[in-house]
Amino acid sequence: MAPTLEVRGLRTHFFTKAGVLKAVDDVSFSIEKGKVLGLVGESGSGKSVTGFSVLGLVDPPGRVVDGEIIFQGRNLTGLSEEEWRKIRGRDIAMVFQDPMMTLNPVLRIDTQMIETVLAHEKVSEQAARARAREALTQVGIPSPDERLKAYPHQFSGGMRQRVAIAIALLHRPALIIADEPTTALDVTIQGQILYEVQKLCRDTGTSLIWITHDLSVVAGLADEICVMYAGRIVERGPVDAVLDEPLHPYTRGLIGSVPSRNVRGHKLMQIPGMTPSLLNLPPGCAFRTRCPRADDDCLVEPAITEPKPGREVRCYHPHLLDTVA
Amino acid sequence: MIVYLIRRLMQSTLVVLAMTVILFVGVYAIGDPVEILISPDADQMERERAIAALGLDRPLWLQYLTFLQNALRGDLGRSFVFNEPALTLIMQKMPATLELAFAATFFAILIGLPLGLWAGLRPEARSSRVIMATSILGFSLPSFWVGLMLIMVFAVQLGWLPSTGRGPTAELFGVQWSFLTIDGLRHLILPAINLSLFKVSLVIRLTRAGVRETVLMDYVKFARAKGLSESRVIFVHVLKNIMIPVITVTALEFGSTIAFSVVTESIFAWPGMGKLIIDSIYVLDRPVIVAYLMIIVLMFIMLNFTVDVLYSVLDPRVRLQDQKA
Ligand SMILES: Nc1ncnc2c1ncn2[C@@H]1O[C@H](COP(=O)(O)OP(=O)(O)O)[C@@H](O)[C@H]1O
Ligand code: SF4
Ligand SMILES: [Mg+2]
Repeated sequence: MAPTLEVRGLRTHFFTKAGVLKAVDDVSFSIEKGKVLGLVGESGSGKSVTGFSVLGLVDPPGRVVDGEIIFQGRNLTGLSEEEWRKIRGRDIAMVFQDPMMTLNPVLRIDTQMIETVLAHEKVSEQAARARAREALTQVGIPSPDERLKAYPHQFSGGMRQRVAIAIALLHRPALIIADEPTTALDVTIQGQILYEVQKLCRDTGTSLIWITHDLSVVAGLADEICVMYAGRIVERGPVDAVLDEPLHPYTRGLIGSVPSRNVRGHKLMQIPGMTPSLLNLPPGCAFRTRCPRADDDCLVEPAITEPKPGREVRCYHPHLLDTVA
Repeated sequence: MIVYLIRRLMQSTLVVLAMTVILFVGVYAIGDPVEILISPDADQMERERAIAALGLDRPLWLQYLTFLQNALRGDLGRSFVFNEPALTLIMQKMPATLELAFAATFFAILIGLPLGLWAGLRPEARSSRVIMATSILGFSLPSFWVGLMLIMVFAVQLGWLPSTGRGPTAELFGVQWSFLTIDGLRHLILPAINLSLFKVSLVIRLTRAGVRETVLMDYVKFARAKGLSESRVIFVHVLKNIMIPVITVTALEFGSTIAFSVVTESIFAWPGMGKLIIDSIYVLDRPVIVAYLMIIVLMFIMLNFTVDVLYSVLDPRVRLQDQKA
């Protein structure tokens, strides 16, 4: 079966006054129906820009300069603004990182939900309201009739994120892009929302791209993960395989810095150094300056290889078990 | 909310009281009306009789207390010149000034809002730069000069519009209005444009700044991600947010518009309060000056109060705080 979404060689660049910022540079991945893809990487690695590119919502001075975004067999690059609009919110929905900022402060929840229904379907306002009500119930918001009449500031952060998720679910989209939706919430609520979103997507057969900087979040959630670094995907594979046997030195570093995965008594590893500025990346592998395995080979940009079936990595010296580290 | 209202009312009373003292003393210090009102060849007896009749022989503080006592009864003294209650005199002229100020405010929003919106949405466009440059002129050109130019061009050279007086008026709610007759409306146009000049610029700049700030907000991006049409995003999600500062500032500005109508009324011989006060200052008609200033102060205070209430109607976030207070 064809994947729900297939992204090939995506490049999204920002043409800033200081130069061309390659926020996303040759990114490829695909996601099957009903599956969860974890997109992991440090802040600034281009995860959000990747998500916005898939929705055709890159802010100027940014632009998708190359690549294909094939959604349900249809290439979305080069669509007209109106064609994009019809896809957004109906076929592909997005949940943003900061629930405090996603809902319009001066519009009531019902306004913001009903307009979403009416943007894509010619139904009566009552029917749209009923749909909104149903979606709120689905995400576990008590007394939805009353809550529909409220304004965003009358909700807690967790509740606002539930509302945003309910909005994303209104049209039962084939794909939901969740951009760090739990990062701004406290841990218990994070767990609840994680669980509920997973369940809802499973029930409806919705594919999910879960963006996060936190590996432990995707560990129990995703089927496959992509690790991003400086605008590129450096490793991609089934979640268990990648976590058990990370091939890329950067992925290794990331796993080492997750507290729960460390054996008790061992020191937490930190990746030394800082994320390089995307504005003037040095030639070669972008991770070179922080990589314990770097050598002269790494002065030339590595290509993606498949050292093991189903495992992709962008590195000259991946951590294969048969090589001695 | 009631506690808040009472507190506001008490504060306002104190402000008014303080203003009466300042006004009274301030105006007392300006020249001696006796010199102007009583003919120079009147003998000593006549002079003293006139001074006693005007109450000018008593000590200052006693004059003030009498003034205050009368003011509380709505009596702000009789005009030395017209021998009519000062308040009545001003009230007769007030509708003309209010009409002019309303027309100017209406014009400012009618012109300023669309131009500001345009400039905010396309900050780089040449048309936007022209709008912004012109708005600086609106701030810096002296009002009387623009008034004279308007008369020169539209009244004298082109002969399109009349330049003096209110024209024929019609009655509504027991008051005479110019805008109800065609010719009256034509008389209103030039002075209203003249008076609105500063406000148009203000509304343009406020709107532009608001738009530029708002379009970057997550909730605008989220609105687009929901698949809303561009017009709904701009005219509902963006505009509704920027209306809060625009309406607040325009309403607050209304007081200064009335105060500044002095210049416009003088140039266009508009028979309003502004023209009356200028005439009264020339002859040091003290009660009229004091009454005028008192009314302006009261108007500012009432405006501030109204704006606060208006603000809470427009912004749901303020409403909640009111309930808590
Ligand atoms: N509107 C923009 N203008 C310029 N640069 C941007 C813009 N949005 C994102 N970027 C840049 O793109 C890079 C990737 O950003 P982002 O995708 O938000 O990272 P993250 O992985 O944290 O989501 C960052 O370096 C950021 O500075
Ligand atoms: S290519 Fe070289 S520098 Fe880059 S991650 Fe692999 S070993 Fe490290
Ligand atoms: Mg991000």
